[in-house]
Amino acid sequence: MTPGLADSSQHRWLLTLLMLVIVALSLVPSLRLLMESLGGLGQGSESPLWRVLQAESTWRALWRSLYTSGLGMLIALVLGSLFAFVITLTDIRGKAWLVFCFMLPMMIPPQVTALSWLQLFGPASPLLKSIGMAPPLGSPQPLYSAEGIALLLGIQSAPLVFLALRTSLLSLPRELVEAARISGARQAQVWRQIILPVTRGGLIAGAAMAFISSLGNFGIPAMLGIPVGYYVLPTLIYQRMASFGTGVLAEMASLSLLIGMLALAGVALQQAWMKRSRFGLMGHSGRAHDFSLGRWRGGVTALLVTLLLVILVAPLVALVVSSLVPAVGVPLTWETVTLNAYHEVIGRQGATWRAVRNSLWLAGCAALVLMLCSLPLAYRLQRLPPRWQSLALSAIELPYALPGVVLAVACILLFVRPIPVIDVALYGTLGLIFVAYLMRFLVVCLKPVAAGLAQLDPSLEEAAQLAGAGPWRRLGGIVLPLLAPALFAGGLLVFLLAVNELTVSALLWSAGNETLGVLIFNLDEGGESVLAAAVSVLVVLMVATLMLCLSLLAPRLPKGVVPWQG
Amino acid sequence: MAGLTIDSVTKCFGEHPAVEALSLDIAPGEFVALLGPSGCGKTTMLRMLAGFESLSEGEIRLGGRILASREHHVAPERRNMAMVFQSYALWPNMSVADNVGYPLKLRRLAGETYRRRVAQALSLVGLSPYAERSPQELSGGQRQRVALARCLVTDPDVVLLDEPLANLDRHLRASMEQSFREFHRRTQATLVYVTHDQSEAMALADRIAVMREGRLVQWATPETLYRQPRTAWVASFIGQGSLLNVAAGRPDQRLEEAMLMRGLASAPAERTQPVLVRPEHVTVLSDALSPQALCGRVESVTFRGERYELYLRLESGEALLAYHHAALDEGRQVALILREGWCLEPET
Ligand SMILES: Nc1ncnc2c1ncn2[C@@H]1O[C@H](COP(=O)(O)OP(=O)(O)OP(=O)(O)O)[C@@H](O)[C@H]1O
Ligand SMILES: [Mg+2]
Repeated sequence: MTPGLADSSQHRWLLTLLMLVIVALSLVPSLRLLMESLGGLGQGSESPLWRVLQAESTWRALWRSLYTSGLGMLIALVLGSLFAFVITLTDIRGKAWLVFCFMLPMMIPPQVTALSWLQLFGPASPLLKSIGMAPPLGSPQPLYSAEGIALLLGIQSAPLVFLALRTSLLSLPRELVEAARISGARQAQVWRQIILPVTRGGLIAGAAMAFISSLGNFGIPAMLGIPVGYYVLPTLIYQRMASFGTGVLAEMASLSLLIGMLALAGVALQQAWMKRSRFGLMGHSGRAHDFSLGRWRGGVTALLVTLLLVILVAPLVALVVSSLVPAVGVPLTWETVTLNAYHEVIGRQGATWRAVRNSLWLAGCAALVLMLCSLPLAYRLQRLPPRWQSLALSAIELPYALPGVVLAVACILLFVRPIPVIDVALYGTLGLIFVAYLMRFLVVCLKPVAAGLAQLDPSLEEAAQLAGAGPWRRLGGIVLPLLAPALFAGGLLVFLLAVNELTVSALLWSAGNETLGVLIFNLDEGGESVLAAAVSVLVVLMVATLMLCLSLLAPRLPKGVVPWQG
Repeated sequence: MAGLTIDSVTKCFGEHPAVEALSLDIAPGEFVALLGPSGCGKTTMLRMLAGFESLSEGEIRLGGRILASREHHVAPERRNMAMVFQSYALWPNMSVADNVGYPLKLRRLAGETYRRRVAQALSLVGLSPYAERSPQELSGGQRQRVALARCLVTDPDVVLLDEPLANLDRHLRASMEQSFREFHRRTQATLVYVTHDQSEAMALADRIAVMREGRLVQWATPETLYRQPRTAWVASFIGQGSLLNVAAGRPDQRLEEAMLMRGLASAPAERTQPVLVRPEHVTVLSDALSPQALCGRVESVTFRGERYELYLRLESGEALLAYHHAALDEGRQVALILREGWCLEPET
């Protein structure tokens, strides 16, 4: 055997091994969960699954989950499609800014969104107090309700609808619209009879994604529902775990299975619908048709800007105001304004700072490790037959598609006892959260790399091969430099998501191992909303900065990697 | 029926003019082709006619009615035009019959009349059995015919076609050309047909507007364009032929054999008038050398089925293309008689 051949088969085996390990690791949590909840079925009516299915609280939480997510989906649908249609198809000005501002809520962690809205309304709102419009003390906080939860879920997931619809609008050939207009259709008729039916697929996809993401959301129902005892499935699991510990693990596994099935059913339904309404579109789709808004342009712009003011700017202003007052309930004036909360967060080396440090470490290391894995993994995946490739991708996507609580419960099940052979105990350490992050965010880092690899002209590598470069050499010298921006963007996205993550860590944290998300949640629960607001302001600043970094990187990335740039 | 007037229309994208001071007077019911090389502004002109682009300068009128000017813009849906797009632009969410009937629905036709007219339009293009299919289930040529039927179904004042045959293979093109001709005869609508294929334009159009870099170069019938092209550029764009310099005639003049041969025999310095000589006007005398004939050498020969094309080099060094019934050896000396030529305008 020639050295070259031996070399390349060794390289193949290594990569294959890596891929198999990663795919297996992605499947392990779901399998463990299935085992746990189905394992006790032999006990008949005493089995955990049976007990959970019989409990009234399960069905109540299920109904509330469906209600809040459904209503949230409708709100997301209205907001998202309004912005997608206007920004993609009309000649409105300042599109880039409108898109950036509209996408921001998706990237702001849910607990921060919830906190900022709580600071906007209610009798204790520092903003309302400062402008003298606060309702009397003792009047209810309107957001502590199902509809309040749904509203915020809707705002948070509206960008998902926006993105899905925008993608399908951008691929709508301009001629289809023009053919209708020259046939005599007025603008309104073109919208109703051509654009809506043809982009139905995007609308359905966006709605389904909004629903699934709302179903798995923890931060918003936790901050708005728990104080008034309104539990949805994820918060129900959290509350049980918090009060009863690992004793109820088997039941929680069954509950998780229920949400997991619900989410996967949503995905399946979405894909079935999409298949039915997908058209083979022909024609030039380079530039979307620009409807001229004419004299309506001012009005439409004002509408969008007003909406952004209400859903983004006002809550953030309330958040900033709340972080600048000395204590809850004090109005903001020139005399009362203080930076004490920020001193407390940054200056003192207390629990606050520890949480910030934990989160930065976790997110940074997760991003780094995943970046290291993604390139070889994507490289190997690309060489699989298409069928296997899509199966492997589905397996890797699973921990991200399932709601965060489901993954968290599965991780507890997996690691509550020390890992057998090597005898390392992860439970109760930062390591547990780290492993969970690796599983959950792998696909986030992999997707841009895989997209970049698919776009890469294979002849580039073939030329290097003819020139005598071995496989590792090619991977490092040709593929890596070309994919570096995509890889970096993937890492940045992982960092962005992990540093704000709450759902998984809410169940996995232990004293000394808090994360930033848990910190904000705990501060608010403990009545320290001024400190919570200060931390949140810092988080929003960090998110916006990271998003801007990604935007600057965008011209060098494959299309679609930066979600807010079409 | 109303005539279409394009009055010194200019369209700029930024600084760059895509169409510049273009004027055409199109008679009612005329079949007109816009012909020119890629990027010369044909599509832009057509889209201005349809109303998808605004004008930078000039005016478009239909009959007495102003369709577009700098201040005024009638929306596409109110122009009563129809268009066949290069990509067909069939709506994928509707069946073939619904696609064809959509313009009728917009005109609030329903019931028996609606069904009758859709059926009529479909049978005209020979697609009645396909009415209930979705456009994705049709072949390229069938899709093209659905797009045509959609134009037929209303009585548009003007039908616009943007390279409707560019995506089709050669056989289909021939049969589609036939359907366009029939379509025109039956509807008597004014047709504006964009193409960069000169043979297509020559075969179909009553008159052709030849465009170059956004400007109109010549506006004439196919016969005139072929026999009396204005400039060397038009002459080379349409049909085959050779350019020779002659000491006789002036621009836009036809030269008879005697004058042409005399002019060619003059001293090189006096031969300043460019003349187009079509290959069918060159007689190759392979045997007897007549005293008035020009001398040439065969450089290469191409077999074209019904005849041979001879690429010749004259003694003056100029190239000449001729047709001949038999193959001649390369390098062979021949005598040539040029029976007529057309004097061109000097290139500006
Ligand atoms: N929307 C636009 N913005 C900027 N420039 C444009 C636009 N549309 C066309 N152009 C430019 O105008 C010129 C004419 O374009 P047009 O599409 O009319 O050419 P065409 O004659 O139809 O060519 P082809 O035969 O290749 O279709 C080109 O130089 C083109 O780059
Ligand atoms: Mg064109």
